[in-house]
Amino acid sequence: MTINLSMALVLAVLYSVGFYLLMQRSLMRILIGIVVVGHGANLLLQLAGGPPGRAPILDAVGLDEISDPLPQALALTAIVITFALTTYLLALGYRSWVLVGHDEVQDDVEDRRIAARQKPDGAMEEGTAAETESSPEDTADSHELEEGRK
Amino acid sequence: MTLLQALVAFPVLLPMLGAAASVIVGRHASLQRVIGVVTLAIVCVVAGILLVAADRNGPVVAELGGWPAPMGIALVADRMSALLLLISSLVTLAVLVYAIDQRISDYGRETASTTFHPIFLLLSTGVSLAYLTGDLFTLFVAFEIMLASSYVLITRRTSASRIRSGMTYVIVSLTSSLLFLTAVGFVYAATGTVNLADLAGRMELLPDGLQTVLALVLVVVFGIKAAIVPLHFWLPDSYPNAPAPVTALFAGLLTKVGIYALLRTQTLVFPQDDPSMLLLVIAAMTMVVGALGAIAQDDLNRLLSFLLVSHIGFMLFGMAVWTPEGIAGTALYVVHHITVQATLFLVSGLITRRTGTVSISQMGGLAQTAPHLAVLFAIPAITLAGLPPTSGFVAKLALLQAGAGGGLASEIVAAFVVVASLLTLYAVARVWVRVFWGTPKEPLVDNDPNDELVVGTARSARGMYVGASSLVVVSIVIALFAGPLSGITARAGEDLYGRDTYRSAVLEPVAVIPAGDTGAGAEDAGDTGAGAADAGAADAGTDDGAGGTALAELPGAGTEVTP
Repeated sequence: MTINLSMALVLAVLYSVGFYLLMQRSLMRILIGIVVVGHGANLLLQLAGGPPGRAPILDAVGLDEISDPLPQALALTAIVITFALTTYLLALGYRSWVLVGHDEVQDDVEDRRIAARQKPDGAMEEGTAAETESSPEDTADSHELEEGRK
Repeated sequence: MTLLQALVAFPVLLPMLGAAASVIVGRHASLQRVIGVVTLAIVCVVAGILLVAADRNGPVVAELGGWPAPMGIALVADRMSALLLLISSLVTLAVLVYAIDQRISDYGRETASTTFHPIFLLLSTGVSLAYLTGDLFTLFVAFEIMLASSYVLITRRTSASRIRSGMTYVIVSLTSSLLFLTAVGFVYAATGTVNLADLAGRMELLPDGLQTVLALVLVVVFGIKAAIVPLHFWLPDSYPNAPAPVTALFAGLLTKVGIYALLRTQTLVFPQDDPSMLLLVIAAMTMVVGALGAIAQDDLNRLLSFLLVSHIGFMLFGMAVWTPEGIAGTALYVVHHITVQATLFLVSGLITRRTGTVSISQMGGLAQTAPHLAVLFAIPAITLAGLPPTSGFVAKLALLQAGAGGGLASEIVAAFVVVASLLTLYAVARVWVRVFWGTPKEPLVDNDPNDELVVGTARSARGMYVGASSLVVVSIVIALFAGPLSGITARAGEDLYGRDTYRSAVLEPVAVIPAGDTGAGAEDAGDTGAGAADAGAADAGTDDGAGGTALAELPGAGTEVTP
């Protein structure tokens, strides 16, 4: 099987842009990242079937002319799934915006509390330690915690 | 298709139809509950029948739509999948009983939930499909059904903290799903099939390097779902924030489905002869990091989540040894762990409702105020640590024996099994001392009455205890029937290691039917073929030859197509 270079490049761009966006803090960017990577994955499924050909109708087209229908069926299923989950993520982002006031993905607060606690007593000012410990499940986002530690 | 073969589709179909029915009767709470319980009870019975059939006569294969295996989608119930299906559906049923009663005691008998029951049944559909499916892409779809349901369950009745933890969970799971899809694309491009049994033969023809890459991508994908270190980071963050029944279900089933998928793909498609160093190292890391993480926690649910991570390592260890005994040990461990981990989260839910807090340091003296809870917690805790008469001991013994016979590296990691077991024992003993001993404390006041996590009163209804204690009984039954059970898992281990039982069961029907000998399908194929040939009459001459070869490869065809 020959590899279509332009398609390989498109895939590379889609995947790298998508994963770059996935590593952002804002849920909207992550969502776009997931859409982009999803497009990449679906395109990859399509390309897995080999070069494009005619519609796979038996006896109307020669066997060597038709394109492999299976990856297209798979990609169709995958597109539907990606679409549904994108919608779900949008809803989640909206809910987060309503409840918390932003759509940033936050750090594990409990994790940070334990990390802060493990430090020797002298390493941190008293005030911050009390502040962090008193609100283990607060909604304070990671930036505030970060600043609190400094 | 015999009745038995039709039964294979039941664990997938029934909960799906049940979910639909559940939406329709959304306003009638009691009807919804009956549908849920009855559906899952039938699935349990079907899974039991499938297990007996698979153990006696080999794998039961159902070819959906009548298309033989490498072409169509096959559902396969062999010993391993039927066993896991049975234990998972038992756990799902018990958790549903618990959840129903929790809702009744919180919101009253009349309040219906439009989302919980349908989504719960859909989750069960996804899990069953993941166990039964015979091809890689359907496995992806099963994972998506399962995960999409779990996203909804984990973010239902959202509070700010649940949104925070839910987001991490959703994003990590979505990323792994996209990687899975990519892996399916790679596998199809390299081999031209997604059927697992067919892949097993074709993968061997590929260059070694390519095989390793595909195996690694799948290990990463399933590793994220199964929460093996270092891909576990999302689990202790997201699970504790969901209500107890949801956490119990996730802990019992979702991670195990990841392990099952890993076991199935690695044994079938990428078989090895020696212990896999990579998997051994990951297993040792998972065991130790999980257990040490558990010791650092103050939140009861987080502690249990870390223990869950740690015990995923045990299952991985059996797989990494790559002997029939090791795989049998993994099977036994998965069966034992599904029940025990779910029980512990359910009991933790009961404890949390009684004390009004999840913080271990704020609990105390519960053995005096609620002695039944103390018993209910003690039995699964001891089982998890693997003390002698319990099912945990049986499973760990199987793993250790497998490890002892697997060469130096396996023996070293087997030592980690012992260390991690001791750390587990320390972690649960610490919980025991803090929560059940000491002076009794007043329950804390619930500061957020709307969230199902902490109710902060002594309210807990009988059904919740029934759900939790029936799972305790199941784990005791596992210990009592350890002999027959380990017989089944040993045979399942042989099957998975040997591969031939599975492959011949799935692919046999095709090999048996010769191209010319067809049943009822031939006429249909002939009809459509004739129509198509009419349409393309202009180049009919060139088509006949090519169409003939194409049809010969297709099922139910082979009659010469001439108008």
